[in-house]
Amino acid sequence: MRRWLLHRTAQATVTLAIALLLIFFLMRLAPGDPLARLSEDRPLTPAQIEALRARFGLDRPVGAQFVSFVGGLAHGDLGTSIQYGRPVTALVSERIPATLLLGGTVLLLNFTVGVWLGVRQAVRRGGAADTTLTLLSLSAYATPSFWLGLVLAWLVGVKWHLLPAAGMEDPLLDPGAGWVAHAADVGRHLVLPALTLSIVSIAGTMRYQRSAMLEVLRLPYIVTAEAKGLPTRAVIWQHAWRNAFFPVLTLFGLWLPLLVTGSVFVESVFAWPGLGSLAVGAVGYRDYPLLMGTSLLAAAVVVTASLVSDLAYACLDPRVRFS
Amino acid sequence: MTVLLEPLRHAWRTPRGRAGALVLLVIATVVIFSPPFLPDPLAQPDPIGGASLAPSITHPFGTDQLSRDVLSRVAVGGRVSLVVAVIAVGLSLTLGALVGLVAGYWGGVVDAALMRVVDAALAVPRLFLLLLVLAMSERVPVWALVLLIGATGWFGTSRIVRAEVLRLREESYVRASEALGASPRRVIFRHLLPNTLGPLLVAATLGVGDVILLEAGLSFLGLGIQPPAPSWGGMILDAREVLVTAPWAGLFPGVAIVLTVLSANLIGDAVRDAVDPRGA
Amino acid sequence: MTRVLEVENLRVSFPDAGGRRFRPVDGVTFTLDRGETMALVGESGCGKSLTSLALLRLIPPPGRVEPGSSIRLGGTDVLGLEGEALRQIRGRRIGMIFQDPMTSLNPVFTVGDQIGEGIRAHFPVSRAEARERSLRLLQEVGIPDPGSRLDAYPHQLSGGMRQRVMIAIALAAEPEILVADEPTTALDVTVQAQILEVLDRLRSSRGMAVLLITHDLGIVAGRADRVAVMYAGQIVEEAPTARLFANPSHPYTQGLFASVPRIRGPAHRLTPIPGSVPSPTAWPSGCRFRPRCPKAFDKCEVEPSLLPAEPEHRTRCWLAEGSR
Repeated sequence: MRRWLLHRTAQATVTLAIALLLIFFLMRLAPGDPLARLSEDRPLTPAQIEALRARFGLDRPVGAQFVSFVGGLAHGDLGTSIQYGRPVTALVSERIPATLLLGGTVLLLNFTVGVWLGVRQAVRRGGAADTTLTLLSLSAYATPSFWLGLVLAWLVGVKWHLLPAAGMEDPLLDPGAGWVAHAADVGRHLVLPALTLSIVSIAGTMRYQRSAMLEVLRLPYIVTAEAKGLPTRAVIWQHAWRNAFFPVLTLFGLWLPLLVTGSVFVESVFAWPGLGSLAVGAVGYRDYPLLMGTSLLAAAVVVTASLVSDLAYACLDPRVRFS
Repeated sequence: MTVLLEPLRHAWRTPRGRAGALVLLVIATVVIFSPPFLPDPLAQPDPIGGASLAPSITHPFGTDQLSRDVLSRVAVGGRVSLVVAVIAVGLSLTLGALVGLVAGYWGGVVDAALMRVVDAALAVPRLFLLLLVLAMSERVPVWALVLLIGATGWFGTSRIVRAEVLRLREESYVRASEALGASPRRVIFRHLLPNTLGPLLVAATLGVGDVILLEAGLSFLGLGIQPPAPSWGGMILDAREVLVTAPWAGLFPGVAIVLTVLSANLIGDAVRDAVDPRGA
Repeated sequence: MTRVLEVENLRVSFPDAGGRRFRPVDGVTFTLDRGETMALVGESGCGKSLTSLALLRLIPPPGRVEPGSSIRLGGTDVLGLEGEALRQIRGRRIGMIFQDPMTSLNPVFTVGDQIGEGIRAHFPVSRAEARERSLRLLQEVGIPDPGSRLDAYPHQLSGGMRQRVMIAIALAAEPEILVADEPTTALDVTVQAQILEVLDRLRSSRGMAVLLITHDLGIVAGRADRVAVMYAGQIVEEAPTARLFANPSHPYTQGLFASVPRIRGPAHRLTPIPGSVPSPTAWPSGCRFRPRCPKAFDKCEVEPSLLPAEPEHRTRCWLAEGSR
C-alpha cells in the first residue's frame, strides 16, 4: 500500500512537470506579442517597450526563459503580472478563497444532492421521476454554463430582484456590521453562481451514480442482503451504495476538469472574484505570466484531486487495501 | 463499414436515439437550407428604430441591439458551429486513434512516453490549453481555430483506443495473424482498427456536443469565431449588454446550443449502449 | 410430524420480449416437515431456483408470483405479507444459502459484520452480543480460528470457508427452514462433502427443515429424506429417497439415472436423454416430457397431474395409472 502510494505520487509529480512544460511552451511558442496589448492602452515609445521586454525577460531565448521560470517556481515565484504589475503568486492567493468557496459548495452539493438523486433514480428505475430526471439531466448537461448563468442572473437577479447577480459582497454593506451579516451577504451572492455550476455538474454526477447503482443492484449479494430480512434502506445504502460509490469516486478525477472550466465561465458571468475571472481577465490583457500561473494551478488541482480520489478508493475498498 | 452502420442502426431503434437523430436532422436542415430565405445576418437595416425588437412575424426571433435579425444569425451561426464541430472532432479522432494504436501495439517505452504526455495534457483543462494559445493571437482565422480545437481533443480518445488495442492483442485471431507472419501494418489496419471503430463512433458523437459547447464558450470570451461573423457564443456575449431590454437576443442562441448538444448526446448515448451494452 | 411449509400450485411468471407472460414455475406443490431434508432436483431451466426465491418473495421484477399460488409457513400466508411483516419472515423463519459464495457476499464488509447484521435485524442485541453470537456461529459451521476470521473480508477466504460463512449468515436469525440453492456447485469436490456434512449436522442439532436444491443426484443419496424431481416448471416425481433410487417411475427420472455412471454393479452404456430441455417461453403441450420420452403414447397429449404410483410416491405420468 505504501509502495503504491509512493509510486502514484511520483507519477503525479511527473505528470505535473510535463504539464508545466506543455503550458510554458504552448504559450511562448504561440504567435503573437505579449506586450502588444499593453501598448494599445497607452502609446509606448520603442525604448519603453524594450525596457519592458527586458524586464519580463522576453528578449532572451525561449529555453533560457523556461529555465528561469522553473528556477523561480522552485522559490514559489510565478513571475510578475503584466496587467497588475504584481507577483502572480500574490494575485492568485488573494483569489483562492473565493474560488474555494464556490468550488467547495458545488462539490458538496454534487456529493450530496447529486449522489442521492442518482441513487433514487436507480432504485425507482423506469418510474416517472426517473424518466423526468434523466431528461432534465441530459438537458442540463447540454447547457452552456455561461448562458445558464446569464438566464438565472436575468430572471432571479434582475427581473424578480431576489438575489444579487454580481460580485461576492455588497459594496454598500456597512464594514462594521458584524461577521454574521457579512457571512449572510456573501451567502446571498453565492447562491446564483453556485446554483448555475451545480445544475450543470450535478447532471453528470447523477447519471454516473445512477448507472453505477443499477449495476450493483443486479449483483447476487444484494439478494443475500434482502434474504437476511434487512430493512430496505439498509440494503440500498449500506450494501448497494457502498459499492456503487466507487465508480463515482474514480470518475471524480476525470470530471473535475469540467468543473474547473465551468467555474471560469460562471465566475466571469457573475463577476465572482475568484481564479476563473482572474484567468479571463489575463486573457484579455495577454498577461501570460498570470495565465500560465492560473493554468498551472488548474492542472495541479486536477492532478491532486485525481490522486486523492485514487487514494480514497484504495482506502475504502478492502479488496485493494488487503492484497 | 458494417461495424459503423450497425450501432447507428441500433441507435435509431431506441426512442432516445431516434429523438436525437430527428432533432439533429431538423437543426441541420434549418441551418443548411434556410439562410438564403432569411435576411442577411450581418445587415443592420435600421439601427435606431429596428433595434431590440421583440419576436414577431417579420422577425420570429426578434432583433438584437444592432437591428440584426436573430433568427438568421442563429441559423448562419449554426452552420459555422456544426462545421467546426464535425471537422474538429474528425481531427481529434484521427489523432487519437493513431496515437492509441501506436501506443497499444508497440508498448514499451513508446507507450509509456505517449501516455505520460496524454496524462499531462488531460490534467490541464482543455479550455486553458486553448486560452494559452489563443490569448496571444490577434484574430484567429476559422481554420486555425478548428485545427486547435481538434488538436486539443484527442487525448481521451487515445486512451480509449489504447485500452481496446491492449485487450484485442490478446485475442486469439490477432495472435494467429501475427504467428502467420502478418506485418504490423496489416495487423493494425486489418484486425485492430476495425474493432476500435465502435468506441470511436461513441467518442465522435459525444465529442461533437463537447466541441459545440467549447467553441461557444470561446466565442463568449471573444476568442472563438470573430465578429461580425455570427456565432452562438458570440451572440450570447453581445446579448449581455441588452439582457434586460432584449432577452431574446441571448435566449435563442442558447436554446439552439442546448438542443443541438442534447440531440448529439442522445445519439451518442444510444450508440454507446449499442457498442457496449453494460449498464443502462 | 409438524408441517412447517406448504406450497400449493406455485406459479411464477415473467414477461417475454413481446410482453406476454410465460411461466418458468408452473404449478409446484410440495410440503416440508420439521426436521426433514427434502431435495428438489432438476436440470438448469426447470425452475427450481425460482421456486426457492418465491418462498422468500425474492422474485426479481418484472417477474411475479401468479395469483392462485399459495405458500403457507406454519399458519402464515407468505404471499399476503407486506413490508415489516415480510421482513420478519426473511432470515428469521426461512434462511437461504446461495450458489456462489464469492458473488453472494458483499466484498466491502467483514464476515463478522455480515453475520452480525443478520442477527441484529431480528434480535434486539448490542453489537458486542451480536459479535459473540457470530463467533459461535462460525464455530458451529466449522471454521477454524473463528476469532480472527470475524474481521476478515470475503476475498481473503477460500471458497469452502466462504460457503460456511454463508451458512452462518443464513442461520444467524435462527430460522426453522433452511433453503440451500445449489450450495456445493461452485465448490471443489472434496469441499462439497464437508459442506453437506455441516448442513446435515446443523439440521439435526437445530431441528430445522432443509430444502436442498441441486442438479446433482449424487449428493442427494444418503442426505435427503425425500426427493422431488422437477422438469419444465413442474414436479414430475416425488418419493422418499430410497424408493426413488430403487424404483424411479417417471421416464425423465429413469433417464437421469440411466445417464449417470455407477461404481458398483455391471458397467452399462450411458444413455443420454435425447433432445434438449424445452424453453420456459414455450412449454410443450400435453405432457411436457413427451417430445423426449421413449414411452410416450396417445394419452400423453393430455397433460397429466401428479398421480400416486405407490404410497408416498407420486408421478406425473399416465403410465402410473396402469401400475395400480
